[in-house]
Amino acid sequence: MNDIKVLWRGIFDENPTFRLLLGMCPTLAVSIAANQGLGMGLATTAVLVASNILISLLRSVIPDKIRIPCFIVVIATFATMVDLIMAAFVPALHQVLGIFIPLIVVNCIILQRAEAFASKNTVWRSALDGVGMGIGFTIALLMVSAIREILGSGTLFGLHVLGFWQSFEPMRIMVSPPGAFIVLGLLIGLINSLSMRRV
Amino acid sequence: MGEIVIIFFSAILINNFVLIRFLGICPFLGISQKVETAVGMSLAVIFVMTVASLATWVVQTYVLLPYDLVYLRTIVFILVIAVLVQFVEMVIQKSSPTLYQALGVYLPLITTNCAVLGVTILNLNEAYNLLQALAHGFAAAVGFGLAIVVFAGIRERLELAEIPEALQGFPIALIIAGLLSISFFGFQGLL
Repeated sequence: MNDIKVLWRGIFDENPTFRLLLGMCPTLAVSIAANQGLGMGLATTAVLVASNILISLLRSVIPDKIRIPCFIVVIATFATMVDLIMAAFVPALHQVLGIFIPLIVVNCIILQRAEAFASKNTVWRSALDGVGMGIGFTIALLMVSAIREILGSGTLFGLHVLGFWQSFEPMRIMVSPPGAFIVLGLLIGLINSLSMRRV
Repeated sequence: MGEIVIIFFSAILINNFVLIRFLGICPFLGISQKVETAVGMSLAVIFVMTVASLATWVVQTYVLLPYDLVYLRTIVFILVIAVLVQFVEMVIQKSSPTLYQALGVYLPLITTNCAVLGVTILNLNEAYNLLQALAHGFAAAVGFGLAIVVFAGIRERLELAEIPEALQGFPIALIIAGLLSISFFGFQGLL
C-alpha cells in the first residue's frame, strides 16, 4: 500500500463517519450549522494528526498491556491543548462547541486509529493516515451540517442561499436534535445504495 | 430539595443524554440488539456514572481547585473514569461471565463513552454541589438506560420487518433514533 492510498482511504473507502461508523456523537451534536461542523472537524483533525505522530514515535516504548491508558493520556494532552488554543483565539466558536471540545478525547476515531494504525506503522504513514481520516471526518461533518443548515435555517455559513425562494419555510426539526439522527441515517443509506450500485 | 428533583427529571426526560444531548451514541447504537444486554449495559453505566460524578467532584474540589490545576481536568477525569471502568469490568467478569461475554468489547469502551466524561464536565460547568452532582450523574445514566432499553425493544421487532437493502442495519437504526428523539423532544415544555 503506497502513501497516496493511505491518505485517500480515510476520505473514501474507510471514511470514519460513513464507513467505519465512528465518532457519531460530535457528528450528530455539532452539525447544526456548517461553520460549527467545519470547526469541529478541523479541531478533531489537529488532535488526530498530533496523537497519531506521537503514538507512532512511542510505539516501541509503550508496553503492550497498558497501551490503551497510554494512548488516552496522549490524546487527552492534545485535546486539552486544542481546547485552550481555541478558547484563546476563537472564543465564539469555542463557546458554541462547548462540551464537545474536551470530549474530543473520547472520540472513538482517534483511539481507533491509534490502536489500529499508529501503533503499528511509521511516523510518516501515521501522519498521513491522521490527515486522511481527519479530512474524511471533516467532509462528513460538513455534509451533514450543510444539509441541516440549509433545510433548517435556509442559510449556509450564515449566507441566505435560499433567498430566491420567497415562500421557503425553514424546517425547525432539522436544527433540533431529531433532525441530526434522520439526516445522518438517510445520508448513510444513500451512500450505501450508491456504493452497492457501483459494485 | 426541589432543585434536586428538577435536575433529576430534566436529566432523564428533557435533556436526555442520548437523544437530546447526543452523548453516548456509540454504545446506544452498538449494544441495542437485545433488551437483555441493553439492561446489563445500562446498569454498568449507571454505576460508573454515579461513582464517576462523586469521584471527579472530590478531585475537582479538593485537588484541582486549591492547586489551580483546573486546566488539567480532562486528563485527570479520564484517568479516574478509566480506573473505575477497569474495576467494574473485573467485578462483572467474576460475578456474571455470561453478561461479560454479551457486553464484549463495549465494556472496556465505557471509558470512551462520552456520556461519562460528559456528565463529569457538565457537573463542573454547572458548578453543582456534591448532592446535585450525584443526582445529575445518576439521573443522566438512568436517562441513558431508558433510551437504550426502549431502543433495543424497537430493534428486536425490527428484525422481522422488511427494510430496503441500503437502509438495513445502521441507517434505519439512526432514523428510528430520530423518531424516538422527536418523542423525547415533546418533554421540552415539561418544567
